[in-house]
Amino acid sequence: MGVVTFVSYDGEKHEAPLEEGRSLMQVAVDNMVPGIDGDCGGEAACGTCHVIVDPQWSEEVGLSGPVEEEMLSMNPERQPTSRLSCQMAVSQEWDGLVVQLPEFQM
Amino acid sequence: MTQGTALVVGASHAGAQLAASLRQEGWAGEVVVVGDEAALPYQRPPLSKAYLAGKSTLEELAIRKADFYAKQQIRLVNAHVESIERTDRRVMLADGESMPYDKLALCTGGRARRLPVPGADLPGVHYLRTFTDVEQIRESAQPGRRAVIVGGGYIGLETAASLRALGLDVTVLEAADRVLERVTAPEVSAFYERLHRDAGVTVRTGALVEALGGDNRVREVRLAGGDELPADLVVVGVGIQPNTELAAAAGLLVDDGVVIDDQARTSDHDIVAAGDCTSHLMARYGRRVRLESVPSAGEQAKVAAATLCGKDKTIAALPWFWSDQYDLKLQIAGLNTGYDEIVLSGDPSCDRDFTCFYLRAGELIAADCVNRPRDFAFSKRTIAQGLHVDRDALLGVAAS
Repeated sequence: MGVVTFVSYDGEKHEAPLEEGRSLMQVAVDNMVPGIDGDCGGEAACGTCHVIVDPQWSEEVGLSGPVEEEMLSMNPERQPTSRLSCQMAVSQEWDGLVVQLPEFQM
Repeated sequence: MTQGTALVVGASHAGAQLAASLRQEGWAGEVVVVGDEAALPYQRPPLSKAYLAGKSTLEELAIRKADFYAKQQIRLVNAHVESIERTDRRVMLADGESMPYDKLALCTGGRARRLPVPGADLPGVHYLRTFTDVEQIRESAQPGRRAVIVGGGYIGLETAASLRALGLDVTVLEAADRVLERVTAPEVSAFYERLHRDAGVTVRTGALVEALGGDNRVREVRLAGGDELPADLVVVGVGIQPNTELAAAAGLLVDDGVVIDDQARTSDHDIVAAGDCTSHLMARYGRRVRLESVPSAGEQAKVAAATLCGKDKTIAALPWFWSDQYDLKLQIAGLNTGYDEIVLSGDPSCDRDFTCFYLRAGELIAADCVNRPRDFAFSKRTIAQGLHVDRDALLGVAAS
């Protein structure tokens, strides 16, 4: 199984297996990655699963869609490759993916 | 102390989060979660929406999968707790067994408030709080049947939308003179009444249910004033009642909910509590508040776990809520209690998206955002940080 690395704002790394059929937010929650709350359970309603995708991976995993965009646009920590991880359906093609966490979730 | 047994009563949103957070915060001893539903801890918000509509399975509702609990050595026990014996530090179970604890967490949530009228116990009368409740509703929710929903709050309206989508004939009865009367401004209530009427739902306000009639199952709903409405099923959504009996019987301080401090401690410092069952003095509001909110349950649970592990965390987040009806997403930031002015961005009398900002003494305290996630994100941040914002700026958020 592929592996994704979540890098905290302080630079701490948390690796987690990429389980197909789950969202990246669920992968983080399943593996107790600190800094990903997923308060709304994956409805893109809360903005507490914000990740910043490593620009090298941006093409592979895609940019934020319109629903995410609405929530992210008000976020001062927002970067060009920001995503709501609940809207990212995990793919095995993502082995080695690195995402950065913001300092604060919404 | 992070050794010994941490016992969590209630396999709820709060209970599941609390157990996971105990491990995250370094609890090295046993972690046990006792719940009286025969399922993995699951998400309740989709019950009245995707689950009722048949769009998701119980497995998909699970907050975390079974192997998570195994891997984290969190033991899930399906049992009903009857009482807490604080002097012996144990809980008594319904089957006569007992379970010891070193630290105890109460995440007992709430139960659906019963309708106090004759006939309320007839078959065909449903409540909506658990997955089994919804499975029963689903069995009787055949297209063309007549559903009467008692209560025009969020649960009632979400249920109305879901049953309407399933092809039922739906009537919503609200005792107050408008739906969502306790929680929103009249303009927002009017919007939701129109939304439901446009979808073919009959909305009756000022409708007091006097009795439910029928022989073997419910057949009609009788209103004060004499009207009788035929019904094949009735769904009652008139609020929840916090499950505080265990705490009260054990001598813990209860005031509407189980009283907790900023660290989620009850009046016994070996016992924490989190979620819908709690009453917390919120500095932001200067009063005790009992919230019915998944995000708040999660935050209280995280704080409670940190407290049990000897760390210092404080309950401080701004309460927020959401409600999905038809294709509309309502997101609510903050509590609007005590507002003296509203600012409308968009026109709820004709638009499908708008925001109702609530102000008190010129400061933003809450916002109801219908299909306006940008306004919601802005409001949540602005209110949480206590920033001042001009009325004109509020109107400009959606356009920015």
